[in-house]
Amino acid sequence: MSTLELHAVTKSFGATHVIQHIDLNVQHGEFIVFVGPSGCGKSTLLRMIAGLEDPSSGDILIDKQVVNTVSAADRGCAMVFQSYALYPHMSVHANMAFGLENMGMRKDLIDQKVTTTAQLLRLDQLLDRRPTQLSGGQRQRVAIGRAIVREPKIFLFDEPLSNLDAELRVSMRSELRELHQRLGATMVYVTHDQVEAMTLADRIVVLRQGRIEQVGSPQELYERPTNTFVAGFIGSPRMNFIPVASLSGQPADSFHAPAHAHTLGIRPEHFMRCDAHEGLAVTVTNTEYMGSQTLVQATLQDGTKIEALLQDTAPPALHQTLSLKTLGKHIHTFDADGQALGNHA
Amino acid sequence: MWLKFLTRTRHAQRFGWTDGLSYAYLVIGLFTLFAPVVWLLMSSFKTEAAIGEFPPTFLPYAQRTVQLDNYPQPLPLFAVRTEQGEVKPMAQVSRIGIMATMVDPAHPTETVQVNIQQRQPLRELSFATRNYTELFGKFAFGTYLFNSVFITVVATALTLLFNSMAAFALSKYQFKGQKTVFLLIIATLMIPPTIVLVPIFLVINSVGLLNSLWGVIWPAVATPTGVFLLRQYMLTIPDELLEAARMDHASEWRIYWRIVLPLSAPALAVLAIFSVMWRWNDFLLPLIVLSKSEFFTLQLALNSFQGELNTQWHYLLAMTVITLLPITLVFAFLQRYITTGIASAGVK
Repeated sequence: MSTLELHAVTKSFGATHVIQHIDLNVQHGEFIVFVGPSGCGKSTLLRMIAGLEDPSSGDILIDKQVVNTVSAADRGCAMVFQSYALYPHMSVHANMAFGLENMGMRKDLIDQKVTTTAQLLRLDQLLDRRPTQLSGGQRQRVAIGRAIVREPKIFLFDEPLSNLDAELRVSMRSELRELHQRLGATMVYVTHDQVEAMTLADRIVVLRQGRIEQVGSPQELYERPTNTFVAGFIGSPRMNFIPVASLSGQPADSFHAPAHAHTLGIRPEHFMRCDAHEGLAVTVTNTEYMGSQTLVQATLQDGTKIEALLQDTAPPALHQTLSLKTLGKHIHTFDADGQALGNHA
Repeated sequence: MWLKFLTRTRHAQRFGWTDGLSYAYLVIGLFTLFAPVVWLLMSSFKTEAAIGEFPPTFLPYAQRTVQLDNYPQPLPLFAVRTEQGEVKPMAQVSRIGIMATMVDPAHPTETVQVNIQQRQPLRELSFATRNYTELFGKFAFGTYLFNSVFITVVATALTLLFNSMAAFALSKYQFKGQKTVFLLIIATLMIPPTIVLVPIFLVINSVGLLNSLWGVIWPAVATPTGVFLLRQYMLTIPDELLEAARMDHASEWRIYWRIVLPLSAPALAVLAIFSVMWRWNDFLLPLIVLSKSEFFTLQLALNSFQGELNTQWHYLLAMTVITLLPITLVFAFLQRYITTGIASAGVK
């Protein structure tokens, strides 16, 4: 069992409050992803869990034990750094063995563990190479291997895929997912990429300016965002936010908003074309044809810009007037402060 | 290949005026820098007599001699112009004023009187290796060499160790007064070594290290240049590596020993070269610390060759050549690290 708990954790650098009162419980075997724009404090939070930074206040508990004063080495966490941080003067084997050597493990046992891990990550042919002789993806796997051999209670990943090219990122993503299933270990993963967060996480923690905006499964976050920030951050292309005021005069029955609603949120992929009297009338300003889908950029009559991802349709002509509708369950409503009012069912 | 390398030009196939200028500069530079060393090397192979000769020769020549039965010593050979106008080699038995008593090696029993104007010494190329071989027997050369090597090697090893530890702390740890400490260390660069010579002497005297090789080693171990050089290099080592090592259960000492030190190898090589040069060529500190000849370094021994009345130039020159060799070798082997160090630093 390896659980992680954060109790009222804060962190300040001088007058800058990077982390403001974070509470979080992570279950054993969970894959938790911290996601947020750059500067939201997600890396700092991870480094505090790792023991590389001390929290200004609050407690960090691993397996119900407060570890605030426990050194990074003794917390039982292993970290994969964004830059991989492989020791450039050591071979792949030595890189993976270094931690075990420091723990005073027997040499034959170390060799055995390194070999097993290398096979798991398909690194067995590369054990004698130096990090400079490896490709980006291979370096990444060595960095992960270095974490695995130590059999840590908790794996910490700090944007591990951000230095890889797009194709490699996708394949590493599924490898990581597989690895998590195989090891069944608790993993905490930091990224600014919401696609990575959605595809990897059991639960996502959305952070903004040192605060947790929402915690939930990818599906929860996608279907029931608690505010406009989460709604806009999760999902690609971004959710459309349409002020209720811009809908006046539209013939759209399905778009009628409840009281107090200030903004409607509709994801681009939930728009459908319809007859003129049924939906929102928009003017097409740009189209991006992607084969199975077409991304349409358009404006409402008052100039509000919206995007719609239309399925299996020929791209509409520029400046054409389109009618778009959606299902009531896909309409999110937010009040003037951006807080969700619940789905408009 | 060498020829191709040495005849390279700025533009392919064309020899421009810049090439001319460059080659002229290089040739002049090579000559002015290298000629004295070559002259020293050549002169170190000359006999004592040949060194004092005027006009001096570049190559070491020695007068040819011949061994005759009825003379115990080998006799110097001369080319003598006889009254008949022919030139033949004759050996000189003795010389009084401008007249020399000479003998024809073909007829060893007949001596002739020859005006010294009528003869030219017969010379041959000969390397007086005795200058070197006799050094080892005649003086306690081995002792001097050992002292010099011991001081250089031990002081360099300690310099690298202590300076890198200081540089590690100053570059990778945040602590109060870090900047002040660093500035203090750098500030000592501005104090000329001659000014602290007397205080150093007093300290060495009071700790009883006078006439001990350690008395030369310890004062030289901590160098501001070394700390500065290594600190600047260590700043380029990413902190993430240290953090990764920390999470890998490495103690701070292990991080220093296994991560930081190997990665600083290029800077350490540069400092090693400096340190070897400083310690090997050091004169002033050994001069005041070491007064007994059994503790002399090569530099001190060289100095003692220059007597007040008499200087044994042939030994002095030979010993100078030997003193130059280690520095040359160290540089030849370590310069590769300097250039790779600069190159890799540039890429980062």
